[in-house]
Amino acid sequence: MSELAAEDLNLTLGGKPVLAGVSATFRTGEVVAILGANGVGKSTLLSCLAGLRRPASGLCRLDGRPLGGLSAKVRAQQIGFIPQTPEIAWGLEVRTLVGLGRTPWLGARGLGVADEVAVDRALAAAHLQPLAHRDVTTLSGGERARVLIARALAGEPDWLLADEPLAGLDPRHQLDAADLFRRMAHERGCGVIITLHDLTLAARLADRIIVLVEGRVLADGPPREALTAEVLAVAYGVEASLRETDHGLTVDVVGRWG
Amino acid sequence: MRRLSAPAVMAGLALALVALSALSLMVGRVWVPLEAWRAGDPGWVIILELRIPRTLLAVVVGAALGMSGAALQGYTRNPLADPGVLGVSSMAALGAVISLYVGFYAPVLAGIAWLMPLCAMAGALMGVMVLIGLTGSAPGAVTFVLAGVVLNIVAGAGVALALNLAPNPWAVNEIVNWLMGSLTDRSLADLQMASPFVAVGLALLLITGRALDALTLGEAGAQSLGISLPRTRVLLALGVGLAAGASVAVTGVIGFVGLVTPHLLRPFLGPRPAGLLLPSALGGAVIVLAGDILVRLIPSAAEVRLGVAMAALGGPFFLGLLLVQRRRLS
Repeated sequence: MSELAAEDLNLTLGGKPVLAGVSATFRTGEVVAILGANGVGKSTLLSCLAGLRRPASGLCRLDGRPLGGLSAKVRAQQIGFIPQTPEIAWGLEVRTLVGLGRTPWLGARGLGVADEVAVDRALAAAHLQPLAHRDVTTLSGGERARVLIARALAGEPDWLLADEPLAGLDPRHQLDAADLFRRMAHERGCGVIITLHDLTLAARLADRIIVLVEGRVLADGPPREALTAEVLAVAYGVEASLRETDHGLTVDVVGRWG
Repeated sequence: MRRLSAPAVMAGLALALVALSALSLMVGRVWVPLEAWRAGDPGWVIILELRIPRTLLAVVVGAALGMSGAALQGYTRNPLADPGVLGVSSMAALGAVISLYVGFYAPVLAGIAWLMPLCAMAGALMGVMVLIGLTGSAPGAVTFVLAGVVLNIVAGAGVALALNLAPNPWAVNEIVNWLMGSLTDRSLADLQMASPFVAVGLALLLITGRALDALTLGEAGAQSLGISLPRTRVLLALGVGLAAGASVAVTGVIGFVGLVTPHLLRPFLGPRPAGLLLPSALGGAVIVLAGDILVRLIPSAAEVRLGVAMAALGGPFFLGLLLVQRRRLS
Protein backbone atom coordinates (compact mmCIF):
# COMPACT_ATOMS: atom_id res chain seq x y z
CA MET A 1 0.00 0.00 0.00
CA SER A 2 1.46 3.26 -1.11
CA GLU A 3 0.26 6.81 -0.68
CA LEU A 4 0.71 9.80 -2.96
CA ALA A 5 -0.29 13.16 -1.54
CA ALA A 6 -0.59 16.70 -2.82
CA GLU A 7 -0.31 19.24 -0.01
CA ASP A 8 -1.57 22.75 -0.61
CA LEU A 9 -0.15 23.06 -4.13
CA ASN A 10 0.07 26.55 -5.59
CA LEU A 11 1.35 27.44 -9.02
CA THR A 12 0.98 30.47 -11.23
CA LEU A 13 1.64 30.19 -14.94
CA GLY A 14 1.74 33.27 -17.13
CA GLY A 15 0.18 35.44 -14.43
CA LYS A 16 -2.77 33.08 -14.03
CA PRO A 17 -3.10 30.99 -10.88
CA VAL A 18 -3.35 27.42 -12.18
CA LEU A 19 -3.23 25.64 -8.85
CA ALA A 20 -4.58 27.53 -5.85
CA GLY A 21 -4.24 25.41 -2.77
CA VAL A 22 -4.91 21.90 -4.06
CA SER A 23 -4.70 19.13 -1.49
CA ALA A 24 -5.59 15.51 -2.13
CA THR A 25 -4.39 12.13 -0.99
CA PHE A 26 -4.30 9.08 -3.24
CA ARG A 27 -3.96 5.42 -2.30
CA THR A 28 -2.95 2.47 -4.41
CA GLY A 29 -5.74 0.09 -5.35
CA GLU A 30 -8.15 2.79 -6.49
CA VAL A 31 -8.87 4.56 -9.75
CA VAL A 32 -9.23 8.29 -9.31
CA ALA A 33 -10.60 10.49 -12.09
CA ILE A 34 -9.77 14.19 -12.06
CA LEU A 35 -12.44 16.25 -13.78
CA GLY A 36 -12.82 19.92 -14.53
CA ALA A 37 -13.23 22.40 -17.36
CA ASN A 38 -10.42 23.09 -19.83
CA GLY A 39 -7.55 25.05 -18.33
CA VAL A 40 -8.61 24.38 -14.75
CA GLY A 41 -5.30 22.83 -13.72
CA LYS A 42 -5.92 19.09 -14.19
CA SER A 43 -2.83 18.50 -16.30
CA THR A 44 -0.71 20.71 -14.07
CA LEU A 45 -1.84 18.83 -10.97
CA LEU A 46 -1.08 15.53 -12.67
CA SER A 47 2.41 16.58 -13.73
CA CYS A 48 3.11 17.84 -10.19
CA LEU A 49 1.99 14.46 -8.83
CA ALA A 50 4.23 12.74 -11.39
CA GLY A 51 7.16 14.82 -10.11
CA LEU A 52 7.68 16.49 -13.50
CA ARG A 53 6.74 19.96 -12.35
CA ARG A 54 7.42 21.70 -9.09
CA PRO A 55 4.67 23.77 -7.53
CA ALA A 56 5.57 27.30 -6.43
CA SER A 57 4.54 26.35 -2.93
CA GLY A 58 3.28 23.20 -1.28
CA LEU A 59 4.66 19.80 -2.09
CA CYS A 60 3.85 16.30 -3.20
CA ARG A 61 4.80 13.34 -1.05
CA LEU A 62 5.19 9.70 -1.92
CA ASP A 63 4.76 7.60 1.21
CA GLY A 64 5.59 10.63 3.30
CA ARG A 65 8.78 11.55 1.45
CA PRO A 66 8.81 14.73 -0.63
CA LEU A 67 8.73 13.81 -4.32
CA GLY A 68 11.42 16.37 -5.10
CA GLY A 69 13.81 14.53 -2.80
CA LEU A 70 13.66 11.29 -4.78
CA SER A 71 16.12 10.66 -7.59
CA ALA A 72 14.58 10.87 -11.04
CA LYS A 73 15.23 7.18 -11.53
CA VAL A 74 13.55 6.03 -8.33
CA ARG A 75 10.62 8.36 -8.98
CA ALA A 76 10.28 6.99 -12.53
CA GLN A 77 10.34 3.42 -11.23
CA GLN A 78 7.38 4.13 -8.98
CA ILE A 79 5.32 6.61 -10.97
CA GLY A 80 4.42 5.94 -14.59
CA PHE A 81 3.12 8.93 -16.52
CA ILE A 82 1.40 9.28 -19.89
CA PRO A 83 1.44 12.90 -21.12
CA GLN A 84 -1.58 14.48 -22.73
CA THR A 85 -0.29 14.97 -26.24
CA PRO A 86 2.06 12.07 -26.46
CA GLU A 87 4.70 12.40 -29.07
CA ILE A 88 6.18 9.47 -30.97
CA ALA A 89 9.07 10.84 -32.95
CA TRP A 90 10.46 7.85 -34.79
CA GLY A 91 8.87 4.88 -36.47
CA LEU A 92 10.02 2.38 -33.87
CA GLU A 93 8.66 -1.13 -33.67
CA VAL A 94 5.80 -1.38 -31.15
CA ARG A 95 7.82 -3.76 -28.99
CA THR A 96 10.85 -1.45 -28.95
CA LEU A 97 8.69 1.51 -28.01
CA VAL A 98 6.99 -0.38 -25.19
CA GLY A 99 10.49 -1.44 -24.11
CA LEU A 100 11.35 2.25 -23.54
CA GLY A 101 9.10 1.96 -20.48
CA ARG A 102 11.87 -0.14 -18.91
CA THR A 103 14.30 2.80 -19.03
CA PRO A 104 14.20 3.54 -15.27
CA TRP A 105 15.13 -0.08 -14.52
CA LEU A 106 17.94 -0.54 -17.01
CA GLY A 107 21.45 -1.36 -15.90
CA ALA A 108 24.49 -0.71 -18.05
CA ARG A 109 23.76 -3.64 -20.34
CA GLY A 110 20.32 -2.71 -21.59
CA LEU A 111 17.21 -4.87 -21.65
CA GLY A 112 17.62 -8.06 -19.60
CA VAL A 113 15.42 -11.14 -19.31
CA ALA A 114 13.26 -9.61 -16.57
CA ASP A 115 12.77 -6.53 -18.73
CA GLU A 116 11.69 -8.61 -21.73
CA VAL A 117 9.19 -10.45 -19.53
CA ALA A 118 7.75 -7.15 -18.29
CA VAL A 119 7.46 -5.90 -21.87
CA ASP A 120 5.64 -9.09 -22.90
CA ARG A 121 3.25 -8.72 -20.00
CA ALA A 122 2.54 -5.09 -20.88
CA LEU A 123 1.92 -6.02 -24.52
CA ALA A 124 -0.46 -8.78 -23.44
CA ALA A 125 -2.32 -6.52 -21.00
CA ALA A 126 -2.96 -3.98 -23.75
CA HIS A 127 -3.81 -6.72 -26.30
CA LEU A 128 -0.95 -5.62 -28.50
CA GLN A 129 0.78 -8.93 -29.29
CA PRO A 130 -0.53 -9.03 -32.88
CA LEU A 131 0.95 -5.56 -33.45
CA ALA A 132 4.23 -6.16 -31.63
CA HIS A 133 6.37 -5.90 -34.74
CA ARG A 134 4.52 -3.11 -36.50
CA ASP A 135 5.98 0.34 -37.07
CA VAL A 136 4.22 2.63 -34.52
CA THR A 137 3.78 5.43 -37.04
CA THR A 138 1.59 3.15 -39.19
CA LEU A 139 -0.88 2.50 -36.34
CA SER A 140 -4.25 4.18 -35.89
CA GLY A 141 -4.72 6.78 -33.15
CA GLY A 142 -6.48 4.27 -30.92
CA GLU A 143 -3.75 1.68 -31.37
CA ARG A 144 -1.10 4.27 -30.57
CA ALA A 145 -2.91 5.24 -27.39
CA ARG A 146 -2.81 1.58 -26.34
CA VAL A 147 0.88 1.38 -27.18
CA LEU A 148 1.53 4.38 -24.92
CA ILE A 149 -0.46 2.80 -22.10
CA ALA A 150 1.53 -0.40 -22.56
CA ARG A 151 4.72 1.66 -22.49
CA ALA A 152 3.75 2.97 -19.05
CA LEU A 153 2.72 -0.52 -17.85
CA ALA A 154 6.08 -1.97 -18.94
CA GLY A 155 7.78 -0.03 -16.16
CA GLU A 156 5.52 -1.86 -13.67
CA PRO A 157 5.05 1.28 -11.58
CA ASP A 158 3.05 1.45 -8.36
CA TRP A 159 1.38 4.54 -9.76
CA LEU A 160 -0.06 5.13 -13.17
CA LEU A 161 -0.86 8.76 -13.99
CA ALA A 162 -2.42 9.44 -17.36
CA ASP A 163 -3.52 12.76 -18.83
CA GLU A 164 -6.63 12.17 -20.95
CA PRO A 165 -5.67 8.67 -21.99
CA LEU A 166 -9.13 7.96 -23.40
CA ALA A 167 -9.37 11.02 -25.65
CA GLY A 168 -9.57 10.05 -29.28
CA LEU A 169 -10.46 6.41 -28.65
CA ASP A 170 -13.60 4.89 -30.14
CA PRO A 171 -16.22 3.66 -27.61
CA ARG A 172 -15.02 0.08 -27.71
CA HIS A 173 -11.40 1.00 -27.15
CA GLN A 174 -12.43 3.45 -24.43
CA LEU A 175 -14.08 0.60 -22.59
CA ASP A 176 -11.07 -1.65 -23.14
CA ALA A 177 -8.72 1.00 -21.80
CA ALA A 178 -11.05 1.75 -18.89
CA ASP A 179 -11.13 -1.96 -18.02
CA LEU A 180 -7.36 -2.04 -18.22
CA PHE A 181 -7.05 0.84 -15.76
CA ARG A 182 -9.51 -0.83 -13.38
CA ARG A 183 -7.66 -4.14 -13.56
CA MET A 184 -4.39 -2.36 -12.88
CA ALA A 185 -5.86 -0.83 -9.73
CA HIS A 186 -8.01 -3.66 -8.42
CA GLU A 187 -6.00 -6.73 -9.42
CA ARG A 188 -2.43 -5.49 -9.42
CA GLY A 189 -2.90 -2.89 -6.72
CA CYS A 190 -1.68 0.10 -8.72
CA GLY A 191 -2.75 3.60 -7.91
CA VAL A 192 -4.39 4.97 -11.05
CA ILE A 193 -5.03 8.69 -11.52
CA ILE A 194 -6.42 9.89 -14.82
CA THR A 195 -7.99 13.03 -16.21
CA LEU A 196 -10.89 12.86 -18.64
CA HIS A 197 -13.90 14.73 -19.97
CA ASP A 198 -16.48 11.98 -20.43
CA LEU A 199 -18.61 12.29 -17.29
CA THR A 200 -20.51 9.01 -17.60
CA LEU A 201 -17.35 7.10 -18.35
CA ALA A 202 -15.67 8.77 -15.35
CA ALA A 203 -18.59 7.85 -13.10
CA ARG A 204 -18.34 4.18 -14.07
CA LEU A 205 -14.59 3.87 -14.36
CA ALA A 206 -13.47 5.67 -11.24
CA ASP A 207 -13.68 4.64 -7.60
CA ARG A 208 -13.32 8.25 -6.70
CA ILE A 209 -13.72 11.56 -8.50
CA ILE A 210 -12.02 14.87 -7.86
CA VAL A 211 -13.53 17.93 -9.51
CA LEU A 212 -11.33 21.00 -9.92
CA VAL A 213 -12.52 24.55 -10.37
CA GLU A 214 -10.05 27.39 -10.90
CA GLY A 215 -7.18 25.52 -9.37
CA ARG A 216 -9.15 24.40 -6.33
CA VAL A 217 -10.77 21.13 -5.33
CA LEU A 218 -14.53 21.57 -5.58
CA ALA A 219 -15.59 18.02 -4.87
CA ASP A 220 -13.74 14.88 -3.84
CA GLY A 221 -15.42 11.54 -3.22
CA PRO A 222 -17.09 8.48 -4.71
CA PRO A 223 -18.76 9.24 -8.07
CA ARG A 224 -22.28 9.45 -6.65
CA GLU A 225 -21.19 11.97 -4.02
CA ALA A 226 -18.79 14.03 -6.08
CA LEU A 227 -20.90 14.23 -9.23
CA THR A 228 -24.02 16.23 -8.53
CA ALA A 229 -25.98 18.65 -10.66
CA GLU A 230 -24.70 21.55 -8.52
CA VAL A 231 -21.07 20.51 -8.85
CA LEU A 232 -21.38 20.14 -12.63
CA ALA A 233 -23.09 23.53 -12.87
CA VAL A 234 -20.21 25.22 -11.05
CA ALA A 235 -17.44 23.17 -12.66
CA TYR A 236 -18.55 23.24 -16.28
CA GLY A 237 -21.36 25.79 -16.41
CA VAL A 238 -23.78 23.18 -17.68
CA GLU A 239 -27.12 21.84 -16.61
CA ALA A 240 -26.85 18.11 -16.17
CA SER A 241 -29.25 15.33 -15.47
CA LEU A 242 -27.89 12.44 -13.44
CA ARG A 243 -29.76 9.15 -13.60
CA GLU A 244 -29.22 5.80 -12.02
CA THR A 245 -29.57 3.16 -14.77
CA ASP A 246 -29.07 -0.59 -14.91
CA HIS A 247 -25.55 0.06 -16.13
CA GLY A 248 -24.59 2.55 -13.49
CA LEU A 249 -24.68 6.32 -13.13
CA THR A 250 -25.45 8.14 -16.37
CA VAL A 251 -24.74 11.82 -16.80
CA ASP A 252 -26.52 13.74 -19.55
CA VAL A 253 -25.65 17.33 -20.27
CA VAL A 254 -28.96 18.94 -21.13
CA GLY A 255 -27.98 22.55 -21.64
CA ARG A 256 -26.05 25.59 -20.51
CA TRP A 257 -26.51 26.60 -16.91
CA GLY A 258 -27.70 30.04 -15.95
CA MET B 1 10.39 -4.19 -41.50
CA ARG B 2 13.22 -6.47 -42.40
CA ARG B 3 16.34 -5.07 -40.77
CA LEU B 4 19.94 -6.08 -40.41
CA SER B 5 21.54 -6.70 -37.05
CA ALA B 6 23.71 -3.90 -35.72
CA PRO B 7 26.87 -6.06 -35.50
CA ALA B 8 26.46 -7.08 -39.16
CA VAL B 9 26.15 -3.48 -40.28
CA MET B 10 29.08 -2.41 -38.09
CA ALA B 11 31.21 -5.23 -39.46
CA GLY B 12 30.33 -4.22 -43.02
CA LEU B 13 31.18 -0.59 -42.33
CA ALA B 14 34.45 -1.56 -40.64
CA LEU B 15 35.41 -3.66 -43.66
CA ALA B 16 34.59 -0.80 -46.01
CA LEU B 17 36.64 1.51 -43.81
CA VAL B 18 39.70 -0.77 -43.97
CA ALA B 19 39.40 -1.17 -47.74
CA LEU B 20 38.97 2.57 -48.29
CA SER B 21 41.87 3.34 -45.94
CA ALA B 22 44.15 1.11 -48.02
CA LEU B 23 42.90 2.79 -51.19
CA SER B 24 43.37 6.19 -49.59
CA LEU B 25 47.05 5.41 -48.99
CA MET B 26 47.52 4.65 -52.69
CA VAL B 27 45.45 7.33 -54.40
CA GLY B 28 46.61 10.87 -55.04
CA ARG B 29 48.70 13.00 -57.34
CA VAL B 30 51.27 10.23 -57.12
CA TRP B 31 49.93 6.67 -57.29
CA VAL B 32 51.65 4.54 -54.66
CA PRO B 33 50.92 0.86 -55.35
CA LEU B 34 51.02 -1.82 -52.71
CA GLU B 35 54.52 -2.94 -53.80
CA ALA B 36 55.97 0.42 -52.77
CA TRP B 37 54.75 0.10 -49.17
CA ARG B 38 58.15 -0.49 -47.63
CA ALA B 39 60.77 1.64 -46.00
CA GLY B 40 63.32 2.98 -48.47
CA ASP B 41 60.93 3.25 -51.39
CA PRO B 42 60.43 6.87 -52.51
CA GLY B 43 56.65 6.32 -52.30
CA TRP B 44 56.92 5.41 -48.61
CA VAL B 45 57.73 8.98 -47.65
CA ILE B 46 54.53 10.14 -49.31
CA ILE B 47 52.57 7.54 -47.43
CA LEU B 48 54.19 8.29 -44.10
CA GLU B 49 54.18 12.07 -44.29
CA LEU B 50 51.03 12.78 -46.23
CA ARG B 51 48.70 9.89 -46.79
CA ILE B 52 48.64 8.34 -43.30
CA PRO B 53 47.80 11.60 -41.51
CA ARG B 54 45.25 12.46 -44.20
CA THR B 55 43.57 9.06 -44.00
CA LEU B 56 43.46 8.95 -40.21
CA LEU B 57 42.19 12.50 -40.07
CA ALA B 58 39.41 11.63 -42.53
CA VAL B 59 38.37 8.78 -40.23
CA VAL B 60 38.47 10.92 -37.07
CA VAL B 61 36.63 13.87 -38.61
CA GLY B 62 34.09 11.62 -40.34
CA ALA B 63 33.35 9.80 -37.10
CA ALA B 64 32.96 13.11 -35.25
CA LEU B 65 30.59 14.57 -37.83
CA GLY B 66 28.61 11.35 -38.33
CA MET B 67 27.93 10.78 -34.65
CA SER B 68 27.27 14.47 -34.00
CA GLY B 69 24.63 14.37 -36.72
CA ALA B 70 23.03 11.22 -35.31
CA ALA B 71 22.97 12.68 -31.79
CA LEU B 72 21.53 16.02 -32.95
CA GLN B 73 18.87 14.25 -35.01
CA GLY B 74 18.01 12.12 -31.99
CA TYR B 75 17.79 15.06 -29.61
CA THR B 76 15.81 17.29 -31.97
CA ARG B 77 13.73 14.33 -33.19
CA ASN B 78 14.29 15.85 -36.59
CA PRO B 79 16.01 14.04 -39.44
CA LEU B 80 17.14 17.34 -40.97
CA ALA B 81 19.49 18.14 -38.08
CA ASP B 82 23.24 18.20 -38.63
CA PRO B 83 26.09 20.32 -37.24
CA GLY B 84 26.25 22.16 -40.58
CA VAL B 85 22.52 22.75 -41.08
CA LEU B 86 22.07 23.85 -37.46
CA GLY B 87 24.92 26.35 -37.70
CA VAL B 88 27.23 24.61 -35.22
CA SER B 89 29.95 24.15 -37.84
CA SER B 90 29.60 27.79 -38.96
CA MET B 91 30.01 28.93 -35.37
CA ALA B 92 33.10 26.77 -35.06
CA ALA B 93 34.41 28.29 -38.28
CA LEU B 94 33.72 31.78 -36.95
CA GLY B 95 35.68 30.91 -33.82
CA ALA B 96 38.55 29.63 -35.93
CA VAL B 97 38.52 32.69 -38.22
CA ILE B 98 38.60 34.94 -35.17
CA SER B 99 41.65 33.03 -33.97
CA LEU B 100 43.33 33.45 -37.41
CA TYR B 101 42.49 37.11 -37.22
CA VAL B 102 43.92 37.49 -33.77
CA GLY B 103 47.02 35.81 -35.16
CA PHE B 104 47.53 38.53 -37.78
CA TYR B 105 47.39 41.30 -35.22
CA ALA B 106 49.02 39.65 -32.24
CA PRO B 107 51.68 37.28 -33.58
CA VAL B 108 52.55 36.40 -30.00
CA LEU B 109 49.20 34.70 -29.58
CA ALA B 110 49.46 33.07 -33.00
CA GLY B 111 52.32 31.02 -31.67
CA ILE B 112 49.96 29.14 -29.39
CA ALA B 113 49.13 25.95 -31.28
CA TRP B 114 45.93 25.45 -29.33
CA LEU B 115 44.50 28.84 -30.10
CA MET B 116 42.57 27.81 -33.18
CA PRO B 117 41.05 24.55 -31.93
CA LEU B 118 40.12 26.18 -28.65
CA CYS B 119 38.39 29.06 -30.44
CA ALA B 120 36.65 26.65 -32.85
CA MET B 121 35.41 24.45 -30.02
CA ALA B 122 34.27 27.50 -28.06
CA GLY B 123 32.36 28.63 -31.15
CA ALA B 124 30.76 25.22 -31.64
CA LEU B 125 29.84 24.95 -27.98
CA MET B 126 28.31 28.39 -28.05
CA GLY B 127 26.40 27.38 -31.16
CA VAL B 128 24.86 24.29 -29.54
CA MET B 129 24.02 26.22 -26.38
CA VAL B 130 22.30 28.98 -28.37
CA LEU B 131 20.39 26.29 -30.29
CA ILE B 132 19.16 24.62 -27.13
CA GLY B 133 18.49 27.97 -25.48
CA LEU B 134 16.58 29.40 -28.44
CA THR B 135 14.38 26.37 -28.83
CA GLY B 136 13.71 26.09 -25.10
CA SER B 137 11.03 23.67 -24.11
CA ALA B 138 9.38 23.63 -27.54
CA PRO B 139 11.94 21.95 -29.74
CA GLY B 140 9.75 21.55 -32.80
CA ALA B 141 11.42 20.77 -36.10
CA VAL B 142 10.70 24.25 -37.44
CA THR B 143 12.05 26.05 -34.35
CA PHE B 144 15.29 24.14 -34.57
CA VAL B 145 15.86 24.71 -38.26
CA LEU B 146 15.05 28.42 -37.81
CA ALA B 147 17.49 28.64 -34.89
CA GLY B 148 20.05 27.03 -37.19
CA VAL B 149 19.33 29.62 -39.87
CA VAL B 150 19.89 32.38 -37.32
CA LEU B 151 23.22 30.86 -36.24
CA ASN B 152 24.33 30.42 -39.84
CA ILE B 153 23.49 34.05 -40.61
CA VAL B 154 25.27 35.37 -37.52
CA ALA B 155 28.35 33.23 -38.13
CA GLY B 156 28.33 34.12 -41.84
CA ALA B 157 28.15 37.80 -41.03
CA GLY B 158 31.03 37.44 -38.58
CA VAL B 159 33.21 35.69 -41.14
CA ALA B 160 32.28 38.27 -43.81
CA LEU B 161 33.24 41.04 -41.40
CA ALA B 162 36.57 39.36 -40.76
CA LEU B 163 37.20 39.19 -44.52
CA ASN B 164 36.03 42.78 -44.93
CA LEU B 165 38.42 44.09 -42.33
CA ALA B 166 41.29 41.75 -43.23
CA PRO B 167 44.67 43.50 -42.98
CA ASN B 168 45.97 42.25 -46.34
CA PRO B 169 45.04 40.04 -49.35
CA TRP B 170 47.07 37.13 -47.96
CA ALA B 171 44.97 37.09 -44.85
CA VAL B 172 41.81 36.99 -46.98
CA ASN B 173 43.35 34.20 -49.01
CA GLU B 174 44.25 32.22 -45.94
CA ILE B 175 40.81 32.57 -44.40
CA VAL B 176 38.99 31.67 -47.61
CA ASN B 177 41.26 28.72 -48.21
CA TRP B 178 40.70 27.48 -44.75
CA LEU B 179 36.94 27.94 -44.89
CA MET B 180 36.64 25.53 -47.79
CA GLY B 181 37.00 22.39 -45.75
CA SER B 182 39.77 20.09 -46.85
CA LEU B 183 42.06 17.32 -45.69
CA THR B 184 44.92 18.30 -47.99
CA ASP B 185 48.39 18.67 -46.45
CA ARG B 186 47.34 17.99 -42.90
CA SER B 187 50.06 16.70 -40.61
CA LEU B 188 50.28 14.28 -37.73
CA ALA B 189 50.29 17.32 -35.46
CA ASP B 190 46.79 18.22 -36.68
CA LEU B 191 45.68 14.68 -36.01
CA GLN B 192 47.17 14.73 -32.52
CA MET B 193 45.48 18.01 -31.80
CA ALA B 194 41.97 16.96 -32.89
CA SER B 195 41.81 13.31 -31.84
CA PRO B 196 41.66 13.64 -28.04
CA PHE B 197 38.86 16.21 -28.21
CA VAL B 198 36.93 14.17 -30.76
CA ALA B 199 37.34 11.05 -28.61
CA VAL B 200 36.04 12.77 -25.49
CA GLY B 201 33.21 14.38 -27.46
CA LEU B 202 32.12 11.04 -28.95
CA ALA B 203 32.27 9.36 -25.53
CA LEU B 204 29.98 12.07 -24.11
CA LEU B 205 27.56 11.63 -27.01
CA LEU B 206 27.47 7.86 -26.49
CA ILE B 207 26.39 8.42 -22.86
CA THR B 208 23.33 10.33 -24.13
CA GLY B 209 22.07 7.26 -26.04
CA ARG B 210 19.46 6.14 -23.54
CA ALA B 211 18.14 9.67 -23.13
CA LEU B 212 17.90 10.09 -26.90
CA ASP B 213 15.86 6.87 -27.10
CA ALA B 214 13.54 8.05 -24.34
CA LEU B 215 13.12 11.40 -26.11
CA THR B 216 11.27 9.49 -28.83
CA LEU B 217 8.35 9.94 -26.42
CA GLY B 218 8.84 13.70 -26.22
CA GLU B 219 10.31 15.73 -23.38
CA ALA B 220 7.54 14.97 -20.88
CA GLY B 221 7.67 11.30 -21.81
CA ALA B 222 11.44 11.17 -21.37
CA GLN B 223 11.28 13.00 -18.04
CA SER B 224 8.63 10.60 -16.78
CA LEU B 225 11.10 7.80 -17.52
CA GLY B 226 13.61 9.38 -15.16
CA ILE B 227 15.71 11.11 -17.83
CA SER B 228 17.26 14.41 -16.77
CA LEU B 229 16.88 16.83 -19.66
CA PRO B 230 19.40 19.39 -18.33
CA ARG B 231 22.04 16.65 -18.03
CA THR B 232 21.26 15.44 -21.54
CA ARG B 233 21.57 18.96 -22.93
CA VAL B 234 24.92 19.54 -21.24
CA LEU B 235 26.29 16.23 -22.51
CA LEU B 236 25.01 16.93 -26.00
CA ALA B 237 26.35 20.48 -26.12
CA LEU B 238 29.77 19.43 -24.83
CA GLY B 239 29.87 16.33 -27.03
CA VAL B 240 28.97 18.10 -30.27
CA GLY B 241 31.01 21.15 -29.29
CA LEU B 242 34.17 19.12 -28.74
CA ALA B 243 33.73 16.66 -31.62
CA ALA B 244 32.47 19.00 -34.33
CA GLY B 245 34.52 21.95 -33.03
CA ALA B 246 37.81 20.05 -33.04
CA SER B 247 37.02 18.70 -36.51
CA VAL B 248 36.30 22.11 -37.97
CA ALA B 249 39.46 23.43 -36.33
CA VAL B 250 41.70 21.12 -38.36
CA THR B 251 39.75 20.67 -41.59
CA GLY B 252 37.47 23.67 -42.00
CA VAL B 253 33.78 23.17 -42.66
CA ILE B 254 32.79 19.83 -44.19
CA GLY B 255 29.01 19.84 -44.34
CA PHE B 256 26.24 17.30 -44.75
CA VAL B 257 28.16 14.28 -43.39
CA GLY B 258 26.14 14.38 -40.18
CA LEU B 259 22.93 14.82 -42.13
CA VAL B 260 23.44 12.08 -44.67
CA THR B 261 25.02 9.33 -42.58
CA PRO B 262 22.19 8.51 -40.14
CA HIS B 263 19.80 8.69 -43.07
CA LEU B 264 21.64 6.10 -45.06
CA LEU B 265 21.80 3.81 -42.01
CA ARG B 266 18.19 4.06 -40.85
CA PRO B 267 16.76 1.70 -43.49
CA PHE B 268 19.16 -1.01 -42.29
CA LEU B 269 19.19 -0.42 -38.55
CA GLY B 270 15.82 1.13 -37.83
CA PRO B 271 15.33 4.62 -36.40
CA ARG B 272 16.18 4.02 -32.71
CA PRO B 273 18.54 6.96 -31.95
CA ALA B 274 20.96 5.16 -29.62
CA GLY B 275 21.34 2.33 -32.10
CA LEU B 276 22.50 4.82 -34.74
CA LEU B 277 25.24 6.55 -32.75
CA LEU B 278 28.17 4.15 -33.21
CA PRO B 279 27.21 3.04 -36.72
CA SER B 280 26.94 6.72 -37.71
CA ALA B 281 30.49 7.30 -36.46
CA LEU B 282 31.73 4.45 -38.66
CA GLY B 283 29.48 5.50 -41.53
CA GLY B 284 30.64 9.12 -41.30
CA ALA B 285 34.25 7.94 -41.44
CA VAL B 286 33.48 5.86 -44.55
CA ILE B 287 31.73 8.77 -46.27
CA VAL B 288 34.44 11.36 -45.54
CA LEU B 289 37.16 8.94 -46.58
CA ALA B 290 35.31 8.00 -49.78
CA GLY B 291 34.71 11.69 -50.52
CA ASP B 292 38.35 12.54 -49.93
CA ILE B 293 39.49 9.76 -52.27
CA LEU B 294 37.02 11.01 -54.85
CA VAL B 295 38.30 14.60 -54.82
CA ARG B 296 41.84 13.28 -55.27
CA LEU B 297 40.69 11.41 -58.38
CA ILE B 298 39.02 14.43 -60.02
CA PRO B 299 41.46 15.53 -62.75
CA SER B 300 41.45 19.27 -62.18
CA ALA B 301 44.32 21.76 -62.01
CA ALA B 302 43.62 22.60 -58.37
CA GLU B 303 42.23 19.92 -56.12
CA VAL B 304 38.50 20.28 -55.52
CA ARG B 305 38.11 20.93 -51.80
CA LEU B 306 36.33 18.20 -49.88
CA GLY B 307 34.03 20.72 -48.20
CA VAL B 308 33.00 22.02 -51.62
CA ALA B 309 32.45 18.51 -52.99
CA MET B 310 30.39 17.44 -49.98
CA ALA B 311 28.26 20.57 -50.29
CA ALA B 312 27.73 19.85 -53.99
CA LEU B 313 26.60 16.32 -53.19
CA GLY B 314 24.81 17.14 -49.95
CA GLY B 315 22.73 20.04 -51.31
CA PRO B 316 20.62 17.87 -53.64
CA PHE B 317 20.38 15.21 -50.92
CA PHE B 318 19.05 17.79 -48.47
CA LEU B 319 16.59 19.00 -51.09
CA GLY B 320 15.32 15.46 -51.63
CA LEU B 321 14.91 14.99 -47.89
CA LEU B 322 13.07 18.26 -47.59
CA LEU B 323 10.62 17.18 -50.29
CA VAL B 324 9.96 13.94 -48.46
CA GLN B 325 9.69 15.73 -45.11
CA ARG B 326 7.60 18.60 -46.43
CA ARG B 327 4.34 17.20 -45.18
CA ARG B 328 5.67 16.52 -41.71
CA LEU B 329 7.18 19.99 -41.39
CA SER B 330 4.06 21.89 -42.39
